[in-house]
Amino acid sequence: MTETESWANVNLRQVGRPLARSDAPGKAAGRTRYAGDYTMPNMLHAKVLRSPEASARLRRIDVSKARALPGVACVLTAADLPDRKASTDIPGQTGKKKLATDQQVLVKERVRYHGEPLALVAAETQTIAERAAELIDFELEPLPGVYDPFEAMKPGAPIVTAPDNVVGQHKVRKGDIAKGFAEADEIIENTFRTQFIEHAFLEPEVGLAWVDENDVINIRVATQVIEHFRPIAEAVGVPHNKVRILGALVGGGFGGKEDVTVEIYLALLAQATGRPVRLAYTREDSMFGHGKRHPFVITHRTGFTNDGRITAVKVTITADSGAYVFLSPYVLLYATVAAPGPYRVDNVHVDAVAAATNNMFTSAFRGFGAAQACVAHEAQMDEAAKALGIDRMELRRRNFLRTGDKLVTGHPIESAVWSDECMIKAWEALGERTPDAGPVKVGRGVATYQQSYGRITWLHDTSEAWVGVEVDGSVVVRSGVTDIGAGQVSALGQIAAELLGVGLDDVTIYNSDSAVTPLAGTTTATRGLYMTGNAVRLAAEAIRGRFLARAAREFGVEPGEVDLAESKAFLVDRPDTSMAFKDLVALCASEGVHRSELVMFRAPFTGQIDPETGQGRVHPDYAYGAHAVEVAVDTETGEVTVLKSVGAHDVGQAINPDAVAGQIEGGAAMGQGYALSEELCYEEGRLTTPSFSEYLIPTAMDVPRYQSIILESRSGLGPFGAKGIGEPALTPVAPAIANAVADAIGVRVFDLPITPEKIVMALRRAEAAE
Amino acid sequence: MRETETTTLEINGRTREIAAPPNQTLLETLREHGYFEVKSGCEKGDCGACAVLVDGEAVDSCLTLTGTLEGRAITTVAGLKRGEELHPLQAAFVKFGSIQCGYCTPGLIMAAQSLLNETPEPSDEDIRLALSGNLCRCTGYTKVFDAVQEAARVLREEESAS
Repeated sequence: MTETESWANVNLRQVGRPLARSDAPGKAAGRTRYAGDYTMPNMLHAKVLRSPEASARLRRIDVSKARALPGVACVLTAADLPDRKASTDIPGQTGKKKLATDQQVLVKERVRYHGEPLALVAAETQTIAERAAELIDFELEPLPGVYDPFEAMKPGAPIVTAPDNVVGQHKVRKGDIAKGFAEADEIIENTFRTQFIEHAFLEPEVGLAWVDENDVINIRVATQVIEHFRPIAEAVGVPHNKVRILGALVGGGFGGKEDVTVEIYLALLAQATGRPVRLAYTREDSMFGHGKRHPFVITHRTGFTNDGRITAVKVTITADSGAYVFLSPYVLLYATVAAPGPYRVDNVHVDAVAAATNNMFTSAFRGFGAAQACVAHEAQMDEAAKALGIDRMELRRRNFLRTGDKLVTGHPIESAVWSDECMIKAWEALGERTPDAGPVKVGRGVATYQQSYGRITWLHDTSEAWVGVEVDGSVVVRSGVTDIGAGQVSALGQIAAELLGVGLDDVTIYNSDSAVTPLAGTTTATRGLYMTGNAVRLAAEAIRGRFLARAAREFGVEPGEVDLAESKAFLVDRPDTSMAFKDLVALCASEGVHRSELVMFRAPFTGQIDPETGQGRVHPDYAYGAHAVEVAVDTETGEVTVLKSVGAHDVGQAINPDAVAGQIEGGAAMGQGYALSEELCYEEGRLTTPSFSEYLIPTAMDVPRYQSIILESRSGLGPFGAKGIGEPALTPVAPAIANAVADAIGVRVFDLPITPEKIVMALRRAEAAE
Repeated sequence: MRETETTTLEINGRTREIAAPPNQTLLETLREHGYFEVKSGCEKGDCGACAVLVDGEAVDSCLTLTGTLEGRAITTVAGLKRGEELHPLQAAFVKFGSIQCGYCTPGLIMAAQSLLNETPEPSDEDIRLALSGNLCRCTGYTKVFDAVQEAARVLREEESAS
């Protein structure tokens, strides 16, 4: 169920309508080809051999038996790849030089995590490739490892990343923290722990590579980032223009296909064999094949006056970065910026650190640190409300940021902050309270958040797009953007259709091919619509302007008197005076009026924040909203049932409300798994939950009918005032559920996931304390 | 291992002689023969992305050996189409925005079709149960439930009209 509220009277014809997405019919009919659905003649099949140990020295690796197996075309080890490194720095457009912390492509000597690749095989069939991998003889000498970030930072700890395992640090020093706490009547301090979780996209990592007649390594791959051609080229030792990434519609990403996955292995094998090579991860490979969500330990100390005003916040964050750095410093930064929540706090002190361990490496995951921060700040608000005897929503209301207030980094928020409006709507939508039933106690919770959209401003993010109108009036959009399932591509079609006055069906969109589509940047950071949508908007507006001018001349009026809609150009005041769009286009074509446009959209560019105080601008803008839930907790078994779950978000402007609702509903399910059931378990770094029978994401049996409420402040930096919804949809869900469980049973579980065991234990402890 | 053995299958209405090793799964067979709409998500029966109909009933093709299916009728999501028209389930998935990344969609649609073959008027609970073996990470299932209810209604109307 979706409800949309608009606050402004803007006359949009295509944008804002719940159109069937352009990619939907092909997917429904089974006609859409994903990256794994492409084959080529003479194609080889690849397999990655992985380390069964988390911390070890590779003493010996002998591939002679594997190479001798009939049907094996190629076996590669580190010995075949002198000094090849895989970039772990932020993906996309920065082009910075390689970091000392970059990852070895294959283990040379030191194994740092369970599953780290030891060798690559390419063979005539998948079965032969798997058999060959089994024939590789290797010896690992186990080494002492470190599996906890606090242990990793102690003197004498095994060093995973030189010099001291500290791979990211951020600070905020704002106002006067001592004075703030001195003014507090009540101080609430708690420590929260979050777990490793898995993206669990349904399409495991997959790709197909071949070297063409121009020595270009072509890689058709499931990725969020076609700009990876750069680090791939560097890793395999060719110029950037000799690697081409062709995307396909992606079978889910959520951050898990943001870093390079199979691409470098494919490039190396295609280079070595001169033949096309396909590499498809199994589900187990996928569990080892991309970074996970960072486990955090967050200690939150918050001071309040008796009337509920926050006087000071002190937050300490420790994140497990796992065996390689990847996006840990940036995830940590997001957590730092989000640490106090969507509240105005003048005195803030944050110390955040990420440490390397021999656990699986951690990287991007929808919510990107802000999700973990929200788990802590929203539990704090409920605990404070309880201590102060103030209603939970009223306490939040008294502290919400307002437009113009300074964020934790000292930069003011310029767009609308509709936290309160969203919170009220989400809460009201819960409706009548479900009564308790014996040992089954019902509780409610709400959580609000602040989530950035758009990349960090010192990454100097840009997005290019090309829009053109064919002679017959049909429209083409070219954008490098990858579509990971949220409707990224269809939204661009809707924007072009809006501005050119045609239907979505009249637009064909080519996307995610680094050779032929303008580089649009990554589908990450809730930047897709903001950046690529603006680029398409600018390109379409340029063409629109030329068409309006030509039509105005035809009508003998000024361009401002002409509009385009329903495949016609017409006078705004006299719509009967019109000409068919295709006739206008044909006229323009015959006179050489330029019918296409290539543009670049630039986000705000800044320098870095002050490293000592954390003051400065970090993101282009932020989204605000709320999630409310009602849960039933069986106090005998600890089982939690989510009865109602409602997301209300100010998305600025929904381009396609169905697609927005889809994000909110999907975020509600993912957040529910984060809160209640999902956990990747590592024992001494070894993954013990490598399948969907052990790693439990919500099924159709576990979910209520989710509700989504879309608010539109039209205050965002995206096209038509849009903000973003990809990450915001997820961020408040788990904390809302945690608050609802605490409301139901009267005690709080401070560690995610909130399993039945933890609930029963918490109840027992509370009982014993009485 | 033994060489290939031949199995006769009817796939999407066409009779095909399939030569396959005895340990080949239906998932492998179908993808090898170009039915790439059948998706591989886990190869362990955990996710349902590979679900197809065997004689009208949804099965995980990754857990089914091709050699055991002599003479059986296999339907993939592509086989549901009615000429150029989408099947009511497919059309409802499009209309209700029930498709995001779409990777689980073929399996979800086949599981739903299997349900509707048996239960033309399903309750929400019937739908939940029927789809419980099909994981979806994008949608939260809400719009999927809506689409299945809508398709059931359309199919009932078609039934009563015929």
